[in-house]
Amino acid sequence: MKKNGVKMIKIKAKNVDVFYGKKQALYNIGLDIEENQVTALIGPSGCGKSTFLRCLNRMNDVIDICSVKGEILINDFNINDKSCDVVRLREKIGMVFQKPNPFPKTVYENISYGPTIHGMAQSKQEMDEIVETSLKKAALWEEIKDRLHEPGTGLSGGQQQRLCIARAISVRPEVILMDEPCSALDPIATAQIEELIDELKKEHTIIIVTHSMAQAARVSQNTGFFHLGHLIEHGSTDKIFKNPDNTKTQDYITGRFG
Amino acid sequence: MNKSKEQLLNKRYKAEQRFRLYGLSAIFMALLFLTIFIFKIFSTGYSAFQKTWLIVPVTFDAELMMLEQNPSNEDLQDADYYDIALKSMADLDPNANEDQENELKRMVSYFFEKEIKNELLNNPGLIGKTKEVYLTASDDLDQVFKGNYPRDLPEDQRRVSDYQLKIFDQLVAKGKVESKFNISFFTYADSREPELAGIASSFMGSIFSILVCLMIAFPVAVLAAIYLEEFAPKNRFTDFIEVNINNLAAVPSIVFGLLGLGVLLAIFHLPRSTPLVGGITLSLMTLPTIIIAARASLKAVPPSIREAALAMGASRMQTTMHHTVPLSMPGTLSGTIIGLAQALGETAPLILIGMVAFVNTIPGSPMDPAASLPVQIYIWAESAERGFVEKVSACIMVLLGFLIIMNLFAQIIRHKFEKKWS
Repeated sequence: MKKNGVKMIKIKAKNVDVFYGKKQALYNIGLDIEENQVTALIGPSGCGKSTFLRCLNRMNDVIDICSVKGEILINDFNINDKSCDVVRLREKIGMVFQKPNPFPKTVYENISYGPTIHGMAQSKQEMDEIVETSLKKAALWEEIKDRLHEPGTGLSGGQQQRLCIARAISVRPEVILMDEPCSALDPIATAQIEELIDELKKEHTIIIVTHSMAQAARVSQNTGFFHLGHLIEHGSTDKIFKNPDNTKTQDYITGRFG
Repeated sequence: MNKSKEQLLNKRYKAEQRFRLYGLSAIFMALLFLTIFIFKIFSTGYSAFQKTWLIVPVTFDAELMMLEQNPSNEDLQDADYYDIALKSMADLDPNANEDQENELKRMVSYFFEKEIKNELLNNPGLIGKTKEVYLTASDDLDQVFKGNYPRDLPEDQRRVSDYQLKIFDQLVAKGKVESKFNISFFTYADSREPELAGIASSFMGSIFSILVCLMIAFPVAVLAAIYLEEFAPKNRFTDFIEVNINNLAAVPSIVFGLLGLGVLLAIFHLPRSTPLVGGITLSLMTLPTIIIAARASLKAVPPSIREAALAMGASRMQTTMHHTVPLSMPGTLSGTIIGLAQALGETAPLILIGMVAFVNTIPGSPMDPAASLPVQIYIWAESAERGFVEKVSACIMVLLGFLIIMNLFAQIIRHKFEKKWS
């Protein structure tokens, strides 16, 4: 999105290095992510694209041996700074995982969990509204409005993933991280999620890691190509897919490796 | 070439058949031993649930009882029942000499006076009348009636005299000997007399010990498991703790008994022989079992659930308390019950802290002296009286029943709650 012709940068990564123990997983990553756009991260398995994604909401903290160096600025605030509170960071940066992982609770409880722990609803009525809008935004309301008090784990795979998206947007995050959100779904469910992503980018900045280059081409405006821990090339999706600068990108896009 | 391939295939099939046969025979052996064990326990123990009574006519002679006319309830309480009790036994044989009267008296339990008293207290109108009263037979006659007593031994090797047997046989012939369900086995405390011994005190002792054990071991173990699994950094120190918890689970129980003796009794001066001390000692023993079970079930909660909660902005504590711990509870609880069942069957540590003492009162709290079921089995198994043999087996049956119920409960918890969301 452009404001007065200038691209609005939501996230700015500078010189990011990530280590698992002694092994370095990411080398000197620098990447700007535009606000209210979909940025796709592509690359072969083990290239570090998921690792980079998990840096953005500090999910790598969970892994004992993982250490992150460098600056990641979100709204000009360095989230790797000691003063950054991860709980508030993750309230602003939602995440959707590869495998649908609803809590083994009801649909309603799945969505109300985030607003409850962040104290976003004062009454039952407000909570009902949050649940309804979140499900509507995730294009799930019509399908399951009568099943709000049934277990979320009883839904189909595609519905579960949309439930997870609804859960993520229930706390009105500014950014949504998606880690291969369609890799466990069939083509129809995938199409539904892709449509949803296009809709969501009006209100959220979206970063999606994907294995499918077709998907990256379909849903994203910007693309970053990772290889062996390096960010090889990034730019607008059009340019990356039609006229890449780097031969490695060219080879990967055309299916010569990966 | 083809032929040798076929031979090889045949060989493989045969090996598989042999292996199945070995497995089947192992299971058969295990079942055989179990059947023998259960059959032995039941065939020895079932008779303990029956008790033999002699039906003896008692004349409630006011003069012999030293009662005034129109006695109050208090007078009845204080009256002297010994003389009428003695007289009713002596009257079984009008020609008995003094020695024989003594032998007649020993045909019933020493509770006979109390049993006669209770009869009158229940029905004060009996004064001056004669009524047939049920008196507990002595343990030896009880065994004679149940057919467990070798009557053909020479008299000087028997505790029942020929004279007693003669009178007893006369009573049997008149239908004045009856066998009834042995309620007192469940309501009486331990006694030196088998016919009056019951499991009430050891049963309550076991219940109290287990409760104390549960109240200490469960919270401590669950907190330890949660900390180790969810919060503790993985370093040498926590590795060391983990190894030691596993070691602790393998420590012989008698060592815990020594610890209870040396620390709880000698240093803290807690009351000896009580379920309180027993429970604390058992809780030390149960701790590692519960910690290991709780950690295993915490580990079994898929990491994706933790990630989901963390990504929603839940703190580590909220992730643990809202998601991981509730999901791990079925496994933790069934592990706890199995640990408690183990503690319930434990004897050695309780003997060391003095729960082996002879207790003939029923404990009302964990601070009262008590025995426990397995220790009761041990005490009775050591006793010489023939009447205790069946009591040992009966007590084992009660203990086994208790254990089976607990294990069943653990299974139910596991199945019911783990299936709920899948």
